[in-house]
Amino acid sequence: MTAVPGTVANGRSRVLRPQQKYLPIFATLALLVLMYSAGVLRYDGFSDTQVVLNVFVDNAFLLVVAVGMTFVILTGGIDLSVGSVVALTTMLSASLLEERGWSPYLVLPLVLLLGALLGFGMGCIIHYFEIQPFIVTLAGMFLARGLCYTISTSSITISDPFWTSIAQQRFRFGGFFISASVVVALVVVAIGIYVLGYTRLGRNTYAIGGNPQSALLMGLPVARTRIAVYTISGFCSALGGVLLSFYMLSGNSGHGLGLELDAIAAVVIGGTLLTGGSGYLVGTVLGVLVLGLIQTIITFQGDLSSWWTKIVIGVLLFVFIVLQRAVTRRQR
Amino acid sequence: MANVVRHRFFWPLLMLVVLLASNLIFTPDFFAVDVRQGHLYGSLVDIVRFGAPLILVSLGMTLVIATGGIDLSVGSVVAICGALACLRISELGDQNSVVGVLMAVGLALGLALLLGAWNGLLVAQVGIQPIIATLILMVAGRGLAQLITDGQIITVNSSPYKLIGGGYWLTVPFSILVALLVFGLALLLTRRTALGLLIESVGGNAEASRLAGIHARRIIFTGYVFAAFCAGVAGLMISSNVSSADGNNAGLWIELDAILAVVIGGTSLAGGRFSLGGTVLGALIIQTLTTTIYTIGIPPETTLLFKALVVTVVCLLQSPAFRAKVFGRRRKPPLPQPDREQPTKVEVPA
Repeated sequence: MTAVPGTVANGRSRVLRPQQKYLPIFATLALLVLMYSAGVLRYDGFSDTQVVLNVFVDNAFLLVVAVGMTFVILTGGIDLSVGSVVALTTMLSASLLEERGWSPYLVLPLVLLLGALLGFGMGCIIHYFEIQPFIVTLAGMFLARGLCYTISTSSITISDPFWTSIAQQRFRFGGFFISASVVVALVVVAIGIYVLGYTRLGRNTYAIGGNPQSALLMGLPVARTRIAVYTISGFCSALGGVLLSFYMLSGNSGHGLGLELDAIAAVVIGGTLLTGGSGYLVGTVLGVLVLGLIQTIITFQGDLSSWWTKIVIGVLLFVFIVLQRAVTRRQR
Repeated sequence: MANVVRHRFFWPLLMLVVLLASNLIFTPDFFAVDVRQGHLYGSLVDIVRFGAPLILVSLGMTLVIATGGIDLSVGSVVAICGALACLRISELGDQNSVVGVLMAVGLALGLALLLGAWNGLLVAQVGIQPIIATLILMVAGRGLAQLITDGQIITVNSSPYKLIGGGYWLTVPFSILVALLVFGLALLLTRRTALGLLIESVGGNAEASRLAGIHARRIIFTGYVFAAFCAGVAGLMISSNVSSADGNNAGLWIELDAILAVVIGGTSLAGGRFSLGGTVLGALIIQTLTTTIYTIGIPPETTLLFKALVVTVVCLLQSPAFRAKVFGRRRKPPLPQPDREQPTKVEVPA
């Protein structure tokens, strides 16, 4: 979205000195450590390593979605469709597996391809017809959610052997375990870090976020890159949907409602500027962990209602955005 | 003819007419409006009546978008105001006492102004991007609304409160009158005074406007306060119409519908150009679409599919790049512009 000119760092963040470049990430890390220590001090059983691993287990799908969102936000765009694409993926997988009896080996690639295709389509419209990403992905959000409801308005339970075996798969080590989804999510994060940091696509992503006009004049493939990031986000959402269907073992049109907000919040708390051009995937991982830890603490507290999660996330968003603002302003 | 086609309202108006006309095929007496028991009845009246909250929210959104911002928090403000008003009324000894209801309404609207001021402060003074600044309240506000209602649905039984969203005054539904009043006031203030021009100037370039002697920050701030106020009134209407407040679902996704209405109405999301009339048209199109889907008998679940279709079609038609590529205008398309850059604006509607 257009920001008020003159009040937003117009790419200033790119000239931050190295130590300041990482400041938002350190702030998130400090917050994470603080929250964890507070949890350990306050609650019995919080220090159990499994508590931390469960944060990963419960938020593996969010992590994957947030990776895709980071790519999009780094180019200065936004993808509101992720939550709906997640829901559509769970719904489509459940319906094809259970009601049509398709083979999971066919369904899995199909839903992933569909997510990528949706992202590709939105990217094309955004780039070639010059419509704001906000509006295009909003339409994508309506479309995907609407498709969910046309498949079925009720929840479909998944009992497919392949799906349930992956869902129950546990990687155990030293008395602790993580689910298969966590492994997938971590692999996605690793690939994402590699692509963003060490490939042409990654550098182009940062360049477009920093200044699209300059990127174009430098001869960088703006069209290809911009469409690629939305395709990546679509693919990640679909993969996130698959992970969620492993976690929930059901397809439901209501899955992932408001997930786009969580993903955006995780990216912002992780220190990525919404104007684009600055931020790291590591920050996004920390952001997801912060969100997960908030939920864990509220569960441990016991007497707090679920809506406190939203309020705390709002307060954290506020703190981190003001912090970002302070860091970029000091550069003036 | 070319002038008619090129008019800003041509496409939205055509859309509305087509939608309304398509109803005629399924319900021949769709356009019939009659007076029963001193109340105005008819499908057209219903569309405006149920569309009134959306019209209000969209009006506020228009002015915010005109200053180059966006307000994602209106849905939460809708929920908070409805929740607070219903909570206060449910605590009244006599729920039908006019003074008590007025106090509750005043308190809720006061809170709405405060929430708007918070948004305005973050955007205008602290200088945070509008989309993120209002995202804070969008996320936290839902929690606040549930905190007010304690996660329950508060039901009230108050006839003065019922008037706001579900009552009639001089045979016309009261909510339509409220929406009309706000629309008239906004139109008067922006088009009969310099305010509209100043808003467009700030939306075009806030820094240049400031240097030209316009209090850019104050105007942006006022925009957010107005948007929150409109959302507050809409929140009262929605909760009054169903005589209950639901912190979780009241006004859910209304911000997206409102932004949609604004865009359909021809206001540029980049700021610097707005049309209140277009916005009202946009809101009516969305409401008509919803009503049409119900009357034709298409499963209501598919509303979202139609919305997606409408958004895409309208946005494509409004996109100069699309028109140039598809209809092959003589005018060459502008160089691929980054979407965050301000496009050059030449059109300043009177």
